[in-house]
Order: sequence, then C-alpha cells, then structure tokens
Amino acid sequence: ESCPSIKNILLLDSEGNRVAVKYYSDEWPNNSVKEAFEKSLFTKTQKTNARTEDYVFNEVGGRVIPWIEPGRVSNEDLNTTEIAMFESHIIVYKFVQDLHFFVTGAENENELILVTVLQGFFDAVGLLLRGTVDKKEALENLDLILLCLDEIVDGGIILETDANVIAGKVASHSIDAAAPLSEQTISQALATAREHLARSLLK
Amino acid sequence: VDYSPFLGIEKGAVLQEARVFNDPQLDPRRCSQVITKLLYLLNQGETFTKVEATEVFFAVTKLFQSRDMGLRRMVYVIIKELSPSADEVIIVTSSLMKDMTSKTDMYRANAIRVLCRITDGTLLTQIERYLKQAIVDKNPVVASAALVSGIHLLQTNPEIVKRWSNEVQEAVQSRAALVQFHALALLHQIRQNDRLAVNKLVSSLTRGSVRSPLAQCLLIRYTSQVIRESTNDTQTGDRPFYDFLEGCLRHKAEMVIFEAARAITELNGVTSRELTPAITVLQLFLSSSKPVLRFAAVRTLNKVAMSHPTAVTNCNIDMESLISDQNRSIATLAITTLLKTGNESSVDRLMKQITNFMSDIADEFKIVVVDAIRSLCLKFPLKHRSLMNFLSNILREEGGFEYKKAIVDSIVILIRDIPEAKESGLLHLCEFIEDCEFTYLSTQILHFLGIEGPKTSDPSKYIRYIYNRVHLENATVRAGAVSTLAKFGAMVDGLKPRIFVLLRRCLFDNDDEVRDRATLYLNTLGGDGAVVETDEGVKEFLFGSLDVPLVNLENSLKNYDPSEKAFDINSVPKDVKIQPLAEKKATSKKPTGLGAPPPGPPSTVDAYEKLLSSIPEFASFGKLFKSSAPVELTEAETEYAVNVVKHIFDGHVVFQYNCSNTIPEQLLENVTVIVDASEAEEFAEVYSKPLRQLPYDSPGQTFVAFEKPEGVSAVGKFSNMLRFIVKEVDPSTGEVEDDGVEDEYQLEDLELVAADYMLKVGVSNFRNAWESMGVDFEHVDEYGLGPRDSLAEAVNAVINLLGMQPCEGTEVVPPNSRSHTCLLSGVYIGNVKVLVRLQFGLDGPKDVAMKLAVRSEDETVSDAIHEIVASG
Repeated sequence: ESCPSIKNILLLDSEGNRVAVKYYSDEWPNNSVKEAFEKSLFTKTQKTNARTEDYVFNEVGGRVIPWIEPGRVSNEDLNTTEIAMFESHIIVYKFVQDLHFFVTGAENENELILVTVLQGFFDAVGLLLRGTVDKKEALENLDLILLCLDEIVDGGIILETDANVIAGKVASHSIDAAAPLSEQTISQALATAREHLARSLLK
Repeated sequence: VDYSPFLGIEKGAVLQEARVFNDPQLDPRRCSQVITKLLYLLNQGETFTKVEATEVFFAVTKLFQSRDMGLRRMVYVIIKELSPSADEVIIVTSSLMKDMTSKTDMYRANAIRVLCRITDGTLLTQIERYLKQAIVDKNPVVASAALVSGIHLLQTNPEIVKRWSNEVQEAVQSRAALVQFHALALLHQIRQNDRLAVNKLVSSLTRGSVRSPLAQCLLIRYTSQVIRESTNDTQTGDRPFYDFLEGCLRHKAEMVIFEAARAITELNGVTSRELTPAITVLQLFLSSSKPVLRFAAVRTLNKVAMSHPTAVTNCNIDMESLISDQNRSIATLAITTLLKTGNESSVDRLMKQITNFMSDIADEFKIVVVDAIRSLCLKFPLKHRSLMNFLSNILREEGGFEYKKAIVDSIVILIRDIPEAKESGLLHLCEFIEDCEFTYLSTQILHFLGIEGPKTSDPSKYIRYIYNRVHLENATVRAGAVSTLAKFGAMVDGLKPRIFVLLRRCLFDNDDEVRDRATLYLNTLGGDGAVVETDEGVKEFLFGSLDVPLVNLENSLKNYDPSEKAFDINSVPKDVKIQPLAEKKATSKKPTGLGAPPPGPPSTVDAYEKLLSSIPEFASFGKLFKSSAPVELTEAETEYAVNVVKHIFDGHVVFQYNCSNTIPEQLLENVTVIVDASEAEEFAEVYSKPLRQLPYDSPGQTFVAFEKPEGVSAVGKFSNMLRFIVKEVDPSTGEVEDDGVEDEYQLEDLELVAADYMLKVGVSNFRNAWESMGVDFEHVDEYGLGPRDSLAEAVNAVINLLGMQPCEGTEVVPPNSRSHTCLLSGVYIGNVKVLVRLQFGLDGPKDVAMKLAVRSEDETVSDAIHEIVASG
C-alpha cells in the first residue's frame, strides 16, 4: 500500500516499561510479543544520543508558554532525533528526562515522514504537560497522553502532525454549544477546575 | 520507588469503581478518572473477560447523558478500545448518530471515527449521507475524520465508499493540508484499479495545487507508479513526469525532497543523467547535522550502489567521514556502500578504517560488513590477501554463531572462487577449528577440508589439525574428523600409511559412531595401510553422494524385512514428490449392486512401479526412471474423463491412461487409446494394453508403450483417440444389453518434453555438491529471454522448463530485484546427476538476460540441458 502508515507509537520509561503505547499493526498479535518488542527495542537504543537535555519553551509576557510556531521544527530538536533499523522496521526515537518516545514504520517508509509524526507527538506532549516532561507528570496526566495518541494516528493513518493542533484538540475546553446556558456555566467552571485538579488526578 | 498514581491498581477494584457510571447524578471528573484507569489497565496488557467487557461497555453508554466534553472524549476512546460486538454496537448507535449531526465539530469528528470503527456494513447505508456531508465539511478535523474512516471502510465495504468519489474529489482541493492528504489517499485507493483514472489524477495534480508535504509525497508515489506502467516517449527518449519528480527536489520540505530523490533512484532502468540531480541532493543530506537525514540518504545511496556504483562514487568522501558516525546504522551503511563503490586502490585504506570500526558494532552489523567484504574480494581477486587476512582476524575475535558462520561461509566462497586464496584460506579455517565452540561450524569445516585439502600441494600439513580434533572434541566433531582423515587416506596414496595409524587409534574411542567409522574406513580403503591406490568403486561408495532422497531411503529401510536377501539401494525410489493420481471424480455417488468396487487408484511412485511390473510386457523395459504427474486429456465434467501418466524408462515410454466413465446408462468394453505419433518421430509403438471393461464410476487403466532411442531425451507430440465398444445399461437393475456399438472419443494432445526426463532430486548443500561435481563437464552460456512480465516470472518459466528441484529456497525472487541467482538440482535420464546455477539479470526495463551454468557427470547431459533452454 502506498499510503504511509505507522505501525506503533510507544512511550516508555527509563527502564523500558510502558507509560502509554498504541499499536496499529497486527504484526504483534498479543501482549507478550509487544512487550518483548518494547524491551529489545529499548535495550538496543540505550547507547545513543537521542536525548534532549534542554527543553526550552518560549517566554511570552513573563510566563513560560509552551508554544511552537506552526509547521516549524527546530534544528536542535531534530538533531536529537535518532533512527535505527530494528527487526525490519524503521524506528525513530527521542528521549527526554525519563521518557522515551518511539515511532515505528515499515522498512521502506520515508524516514522523514516518521520523524514528523514523532515530533508532533513529542511536542504535543510537551505542550500538554506544560514543559514538565517526565514520567510522573505523564502518568498523572495519562488521559491527556492517551487522547494525544488518539489525535495523531487513526488505525495507522497519520491524522495530524502539527503539535499545536494536536494539543489544541486534546486540551480544548470549549463549551458544548448545544448546552443550555445554566449548564454552560457549570461546564465552564468544571473546565477551569479541571486544570487545577489535573495534578491530583487519581489520588 | 517512583511515585505513580497507578501504584497498586487492581482490575477488580477498578471494575467496582466503574459503577459510578450508573449514578443518576454523574460526576464527570470522577467518571473520566475511572475511564483513565480502565484505559491504563488495557494499555498495560490487562485483559477483560467477555462479561467484564460487556459490563463496562454498558455502563459507559450511560455516560452519553453527560454534556461534559472532556468526559465525552474519554468515552469515545474507551468505546474504541473495548471493540464491542455487533449487538452491543446497537446500544450506542443512536447516541453516536446524534453526535454525528451535532453542531460541535469535536463531536462530529469523533463520532464519525468511533462509529466507522465499530460498525459493520449494515449500518453504513444509514449513515452514508452524513459521511458524504462530513467529507466536504468546512471544519478540517471533521473532513479528515470522514476521509480517514473512508480509507478504513474501503477495505470492507468498497462498493459504498466508491460512491463518494465526487465529494472526495472536492476535498482534494481543500486548503487544509491534512484534508488534502487524506482525500488524495482515499481518491487514489478508490481508483487504483483504473489505470486511466490514476493517470488523469496524476497529470492534473502534478501541474500544481498540492499544498501539504504529505500529500505531495503521496503524489510522488502515485507518479512513480504511473511511470512504471507507461513507456518512454519513443521520439525523445524522455520519461513522462520525470520533470515533476526533479522539480520536487527543490521543494521546501525535506520530506518531499527525499521522497522525490528516492523515487528517481528507483525508476526502472534509470539513466545516469536522470540520477545525477537526485544523487546531488542525497549527497547534501549526508553531511546534515540530523541523524535521520544522514541515515535516509546513506540508505538510499547504498541501494543505488548495487546497480549504479559509479553514480555514487562522487559521494565517497562524505561516506568515509560517516564511518565514524555515532549512529552505528549509518556507519555500517556507509561502509558497505564504500565497499561497493570503492576501487581496487582504495581497498587497503578502507580495510584499515573498518578494522577499527568492527570492534564496537553489534554482530548484526558485522555480518553485513562481512558479506560486503566477500563481494569486494570476488570483485578484486588480486586483493584476496588483505581481505582474507581481515576475515581471519575477525574470525579469531569474539562473536556469536551467525557472525562466525558468515565469516566461515565467506572464506569458503573465496577459497572456491579464487584459486590463489585456497591454501591460506584453508589454513585459516584449520586454525579456527583449533578453538571453535560451535560443533556445526567445526564439522562443516572438517567436511570442506576433506574435499579441498587432498587437492592442495602439500596435503600432509592439514593432518595435524584434523587429528587434534579427535583428541579434543565432542563425539560429533570426532566422527567428522575421522571421515576427513579417511578422505585424505583415500585421495592421497602417500599418506595412507600414516592415516591408517591414526585411524587404528580411533578404534578405541569411547563413542560407537567414531569407532564404527574408523572400522569401516580401515576395512574398505584397502591395502592394509600400504602406499597403494584406492579403488574408484570404494571411493564412490565411501564419499560419493547418495543419489536417493534421505526420506525415501528411510522409508525403504523401515519396510525392509531382514532376511537372506540383502537390502538393495537401487530399490529406493528417487522421486522426491509423492504424486497422487488425479482425484477420482464423483466419489460420493457409489454405484450399488455392481459387486465389490475395484481397488483404489495407486497413489505413490511405489504403486506405479507395482502396477507396471504386474504387466509382463513391460518387464523387459528395466527400472522405471520417472513417472509424471497426471495430465488431463479431457475437460472437466465430460462423459468420459481421461488423464495420462507418462512413465519414462531408459529405452521406452509407457503412457498410462486413467479412464473413468461418468454415464450410469453405459458400460464401455475393450477400451483402448489410439495414439498418432507422427509428430514424435523417434517413437515407435510396441504394445497397447486395452481395458476390458469400464463400468460407470469405476475407473480403470489402459496402457500404450513406445520404444525410443536408449538414454536419449526424445521429445514429441502425440494425439490421442479413445476407442471403445459402448453397451446400454439399465441403471435401476444393472442389466447390460448384449449388443454394443463401436465408438470413438477425441482426447487432447499429449506432449513429451525434456523435463519429463529430469527427476527432481534436491541436494542438502548445493555449494558442496557443486564443488565436488567439479568443472570437468561444466557448460556455461548466456541467453536473452526477451521481455518478461517480471524477473520472478522468468525464473519460474526456466525452472518449469527444466523440471528440476530448486535448492535453498532460491526459487523465490525478492520483490524489486534487478538480478537473481537460482540453484537447481536433478537427476537426468541415465541416472546422471545435474546441477544448475542460473543467474538472471534485468537488461533494460523488461528484458531478462540469463547466464546458465550446468555441471553434471556427463558432458552430453550438460549440453542437453543447454539444448533444452536454447530450444525452449
């Protein structure tokens, strides 16, 4: 099939354990096969320099706002995106703190398309976690991470690659237009509350 | 321990918590948290039982009552994860359909994705109208959701999705980048079987108007496809759409530039003029600071180097600097590219660089390098010394089995193909087995030494290495070493006394296989250890290859009944395949009241032999060489069904016609086949055995035998006429009328071809077999096969023409290959072993050229194989 396709997107921690993963291909028929793949991929990619040490966000009006110009991918970011052939797949990946981001595609896939997806995921997570990109923060906001995965790829087909759009869709708290006024205020209030409650989620 | 909000999470407890979904007053935040926990469990690989999943699903459907958007989004995600069954889907259908028509874009987009994911075809017709609207929705998220869902649905419900082409076509013009990408992907998939439509699509879009880089990549792929299927302009020699691809090299997105460069390098029969701009772009990527760009470029150039090494030489300097690349994948690709493009003078420098590099890469990369070095050595045989040294050095270093095997295989190939490298190569192997932890490699090398060692100028120097194995190794290797020693003794008369001394020592080994081998060799080599020549027959017996398949030998030995009569190896069938007769038709309607049915048709080669030997007239024909698979001589569902098996003997051919009568009201008598052999000049009919009776649904055989020149693979065409006396039968009583009428029935023609004289007999190790066959009766020639559909088709055609057994899986041609080597083996009439090495290459876009190398035990047979190809 000539349409580019994504086989999986993985977010693993510093020991190779799952934070969130999504498989779009049936090449990995069950969980143990998936876990074995993740483990060996993680081991293989450890000795690389796919690490982003300084994840800098733009400062706007005295506040640190994680905003990336639409369509722009900074050179610094791409420099730390690494690539490997692994079990007849092409895998692009980058690491930050104790989080490891991977995107897998077919052996003959255009490597730069895979990078676009990885970058979209990576930056969107950065935006959604407001710059504090680590495992603890990711788990506490797991709902956002899962929604983020849902917005990037649908059944292997790339849905969106622009980090701002992805994060915008995930974090949208706009009001249900069909809701009556009284309810609108409630959901508005809830939306605001949600921001504060996000960190205490699941406690 | 790291803090985790999911610490100690437990499925049972979470399922309990999910009861909040049923609360009359929903708490959206709480519900979202529970869904997150459920998703976490699923994501960690936890599974829900059918009952649990159903319960969760029903509870989740209650949540559509809440108007909280955040919660609704989580609901959409978990419905997809639970992948509900058809009867469950019905429960959420109306809620989702409502969301699909909502004013909120997010609802519309997500409801479409969820509904299309979980629905089956029946619902699709109901929502089709909304989906068509959604495709042209002004909100790009909604349009993309509908288009992507369309791509998925096209797999299961193509006839419905194809009705949306007008809308999809409109969406291709969208200003939103991703909508354009999704629309183009779907439109192409809808039209992919309509060549003209794809051509039109590409023609109009390549003139501009594609905005999204992803869509542009798609367009490049579709364009390449159109180029593949069209022919060059015969007047100017220009390739259609090449200008478009070249233009894409100047696109602002690297993704598009690379896609175009790669597409150009993969054009069929690409010229160096066409390649140049693509190579230039890729060369720039090589020095990029981004690992992904370097990787993509070097990987593409590596492929180009296989077919157009000179086109890549300009990049050699950039490649050399990549040898030290941090990313070892890039470094390995750079090295193997250099090994393909490098010239003779650069070999030594290159080897020095690689030596430093080898120590810090993984085995899988090392194997790639070893393979590349082997090819390089075959290309520059004069450099064998430094390349062989390199191989022997890395052979001494640490490494796993696959890696060591790759090195050993390479050394063996170099020894085989470069005579000057033989002696040093053998000594390297000898040194290796002194300290080799892999039994398989040790025995393989010992076997190889047994073949090559005796032919060297000083065979005695290998004896020490071999005999050391007898002291120091496990039983398998010891037994191998004993056989190798014996081979030296048999081949080199002067060494025989020494070998006998060593073999006698092996008689006290504590392993019985080792003792048995030593005993066998001591008793058969003859001369009692004196310097005498070993009898040729003994050599053949001990070291000649077995010309019967091991499976057959095993079967025959199992069936052998220990008695006065010795086991005869000639009784073992040589055919690999068991060939059942064509299936008897209409087995279900057994006739009743016609007495016991005749014995079923013979089903194996053994059975054929038994059947033929029961006919006295065939007794003088000798041993059956081969029986063909049945060839149908009638169409299916005709009154009389006839197929034929061709039995080949040295000086005769017997056609066995398997006939069956499918008319219950008829009995055929005195059934014969009248064969006209006027188009088969070398054949003379000697005997025809009629079939006395052919009742309804009870098959029988009639035979016709021909004499032909002995040992010659005579070919020809035979036309066949079934002749018989037909008698009326009352099917209810089975009563047969007395009077019959003579009648005839035209059958299809039958051909005897060269492949009928070839037995498919595989060899376990082609290279060894090829080597030991030697070049005495080698015949090599080249052939042009003309334009072919594909390389694979050409390979298949030649295999079928020769009727030989493909070895080592070489009948499979990897897609997009420009060349292929296929190995075949077989036994030709007269029991002559034949090995064939076929090398195919694409010459231009479609023309296939072939180099055919035949080795056999008989010169005339080698020539005959060429004759088959030349006349085929």
